[in-house]
Amino acid sequence: MRRLLPFILIVLTGFVFLGRLFYMQIVDESSAILSQNNAIKIEYDYPQRGYIFDRNGELLVSNQPSYDVMAIPREVERFDTLELSTLLNITPERLGKRLDKAKIYSPRLPSVIVPQLTKEEYAYFQEKLRKYKGFYIQKRSSRDYQIDYGANFLGYISEANTAEINNNSYYQAGDLIGRQGVEKQYEEILRGTKGVKYIQKDRFNREIGSYKEGVYDTLPVKGKDITLTIDAELQAYGEKLMKNKRGGIVAIEPQTGEILSLVSAPSYDPDLLVGRKRSKNFNKLWYDTIAKPLYDRSLQAMYPPGSPFKTMTALIALQENVIGTKERIDCHHGFSYGRASRMKCHSHPSPLSMSPAIAHSCNAYFGKVYRRIIEKFDSPQAGMDAWHDHLASFGLGDFLGNDLPVGQPGRIPDAEYYNKWYPDNRWQATYTLSNGIGQGEVATTPIQLANMTATIANRGWYYTPHILKKIDEEPIQNKKYTTKNITTIDPENFEPIIEGMFGVYEYGTAQFAQIPGVEICGKTGTAENYTKINGERTQLTDHSIFVAFAPKDDPKIALAVFVENGYWGARYGGRIASLMIEKYLKDEITRTDLESWVMSHSLEEEYEKPYSGEPFKINQ
Amino acid sequence: MNKSTGFDWISIILFLLLVAFGWVNIYSASLNDSAQGFFDLSQTYGRQGLFIGLSIVLIIFILSVEAKFYERFSSVIYLASLLSLLGLFVFGKTISGATSWYAFGGFSIQPSEFVKAATALALAKYLSDIQTNINSFKHQLGAFLIIVLPAILIVLQPDAGSALVHAAFFFPLYREGLSGGYLLVGLSSISLFVFTLLFGAIWVSVGVVLLALAILFLNRKKKKKHIGRYVAISAVSILFAFSVNYIFYNLFEQHQRDRFNIVLGKEVDSKGIGYNTNQSEIAIGSGGWTGKGWTQGTQTKGNFVPEQHTDYIFSTVGEEWGFAGTATVVLLFITLLMRLIFLAERQKSKFSRVYGYSVVGILFIHFFVNIGMVIGIFPTVGIPLPFFSYGGSGLWGFTILLFIFIKLDSNRKATYY
Repeated sequence: MRRLLPFILIVLTGFVFLGRLFYMQIVDESSAILSQNNAIKIEYDYPQRGYIFDRNGELLVSNQPSYDVMAIPREVERFDTLELSTLLNITPERLGKRLDKAKIYSPRLPSVIVPQLTKEEYAYFQEKLRKYKGFYIQKRSSRDYQIDYGANFLGYISEANTAEINNNSYYQAGDLIGRQGVEKQYEEILRGTKGVKYIQKDRFNREIGSYKEGVYDTLPVKGKDITLTIDAELQAYGEKLMKNKRGGIVAIEPQTGEILSLVSAPSYDPDLLVGRKRSKNFNKLWYDTIAKPLYDRSLQAMYPPGSPFKTMTALIALQENVIGTKERIDCHHGFSYGRASRMKCHSHPSPLSMSPAIAHSCNAYFGKVYRRIIEKFDSPQAGMDAWHDHLASFGLGDFLGNDLPVGQPGRIPDAEYYNKWYPDNRWQATYTLSNGIGQGEVATTPIQLANMTATIANRGWYYTPHILKKIDEEPIQNKKYTTKNITTIDPENFEPIIEGMFGVYEYGTAQFAQIPGVEICGKTGTAENYTKINGERTQLTDHSIFVAFAPKDDPKIALAVFVENGYWGARYGGRIASLMIEKYLKDEITRTDLESWVMSHSLEEEYEKPYSGEPFKINQ
Repeated sequence: MNKSTGFDWISIILFLLLVAFGWVNIYSASLNDSAQGFFDLSQTYGRQGLFIGLSIVLIIFILSVEAKFYERFSSVIYLASLLSLLGLFVFGKTISGATSWYAFGGFSIQPSEFVKAATALALAKYLSDIQTNINSFKHQLGAFLIIVLPAILIVLQPDAGSALVHAAFFFPLYREGLSGGYLLVGLSSISLFVFTLLFGAIWVSVGVVLLALAILFLNRKKKKKHIGRYVAISAVSILFAFSVNYIFYNLFEQHQRDRFNIVLGKEVDSKGIGYNTNQSEIAIGSGGWTGKGWTQGTQTKGNFVPEQHTDYIFSTVGEEWGFAGTATVVLLFITLLMRLIFLAERQKSKFSRVYGYSVVGILFIHFFVNIGMVIGIFPTVGIPLPFFSYGGSGLWGFTILLFIFIKLDSNRKATYY
């Protein structure tokens, strides 16, 4: 026993020590992290974000330096709260709250206390900075907008949130990250790579030199400049025309699939989301749930396409050989089908063959043709699927694949869709007749409609619409945007439809919107729409829709215009489309009366109706 | 008639490994920009190199002296060492509050580091005397005086840490037959001390009474109940608890109280007194399996751990060599201690055995207190890690202590007594 005791004591001590060391060095990871934090200071050098140019080389977005006031809570010592809050132009309570929040995030890691000081504020504050231990200034590059439009596709940059910081090791608290539009889509190209310096500190927090002679240090790499396909002038004009209206304009160059303009109304000045006013302005935009300025209607709004969709019905009918271009179909203010079902139509000459039927937008013609398409097949299911597949080849009914971060698939029903609706699959062509005239279950986004129009202009093919033209002066190589998508419709079948769309301006529903000297093809559309007021389905004034391309034989621009509650197609949509085309092709507007009509007319009154709480009339 | 059997090379190799690895870490911990090569005497690691060189000379000297010299002159050596401690009060040099040093030009000598060996020799001589009976109170008192006299002089410097080391002599005393009751009393006192600090004297008193009643209840069928004994022990315990309370809060200095409070987890203060322990734990914890590599420790480079080349040298091992390094050092010490116990047990002479156990005790206390402190499971007590920490006196003190024993061991078959 007496010999054993020292022995046991020594062995026991050995075990306790090894256990404790194993726990400290292997199991418990907190010290490893702490060690990195208190001995190594990491300094970041933020590069300039890439510039954004329009297709003609006009600078849209550049940078300005911004200065964030950062703090490392652990290093903050007692200071004159009142003086600092006066310097930073915030209340002492707010300053205290921000510091508390920073401490909760991490006592050792830097947090932004006041973001984006202006140059003047920075210059003033820098003088006094040394009085405030633990505070420092992080220089970053924030955006400087050269234009006051285009906010929807440009997007904006703001501080990365916690989830983004956790998911991507590139970002630290306070780093800026692209949100919405191209800023988000091309974040990695635009942001560049920040430089990093590891600095060894001693226990007095003094810097004693570069960590490991700087082997891990890197230099910042400037972000790449990008050129967009957008025509800034056309974009600005489009936004001007859409003032006091809601909706979208999408213009595409048919030969390339390049997006010339992407207007969503209402929008906002992108400069609102820069600097210290950012969060206040953002809240204002975010909480406007009625006008929804942050909602990109050109990409996200799903509307029934209405009459422009008749061009699709005509194309499929020709491809499926269910009608010839010469055959004329009667219309008596519509037609009856099934038991007590009737599709109404407006006044126009009757009977009509295909091209004039498009020009006059005859519902009866397309209702009947649609029925023939579906009924050509052995079952309505087979017919519906064939119809769906043709439309899918135009990029309808699914995400287009354009290079913007938001979008909607639209909706093109297939057999399965109706099988779910009707038990035992007992449904027929007539049940779905509205699809033939762009009502019913079909829904499209403005960009899908614009792309559909571009495809018609190209006589059967399209490039996936895209907004990026060049990266650092290098044209994009992405196969997705440089490969033709060919539709299921033969090129010769497009001519009668294009004739019809030409007729829309020549003698049809948009005669008054002709542009002298330009052969322009278009199609009006009017879409019924409903909302719920106090749980009751209420019809609102129709949406005004218009698609067009020009010139007829060498299309340079194809577009879709959507004006919410603008009544009939030609009223707003036709006028706006016509002005847009003139602006783009001729660069000046000769029909100033038309222009001033559009600009002076507001639909705000229309938009207030459902919120007025009083009964109202529509389609006035 | 001397009959030498050669030196124990296992111990010598373990010693050399520890000294060499110690220097490697001192180099890293004291490396700075003005370094001029490994033997730069203006640098801490350069001086430690010199100390190691001189200790080799010392070893050769110790091993060449006849073994019986150490036994015969033990009393003289002991008296000389007491005088050296007394001399400090007249000629001593004060460094950070403690008058523990003699200054010779650029170098300082700390006699308390050498007194350990002298005390060990004196105790061995006393216990090996044929007339000494460890179980007589008179002789227990004698042994106690030999141990405590230098300790008191060291406490007066004041250097409580170095004095604490003299508790190491419990090892040989116990081995030679000192009653285990002393151990029981010692352990109970420590427990009472800790519990009093944790829960306060009143609750400890309540606990003592309840424990006494519980034992009494369990033993209720025994004929002899010794109720008086229970009462006496309880009373002494309660008295002890209250005096601990009094001593701790009225006689201890604030920094001593803080040290205990931190280890007991009653206080977390990573910037004040807890800074050392906290930083050394961070450094060790950041090492991982294999550490950050020699001279690559960020904590070591940033001088975050104070006194890192001396008392906190083990944190450098932890940071730069990881668990592989710390486990190696712990195992080297354990192996050395085991080997020394083995050597002590094979001695025929009682003198050598007592001395051997003294060496084991002293090395163990240093090892236990130092590493325990650096890894945060023992209060901060500033004593060095043998063979490892920077310092000439310390290194030489331990070298002399160990190699006298190796010399004695080599001579174990001699029959000169």
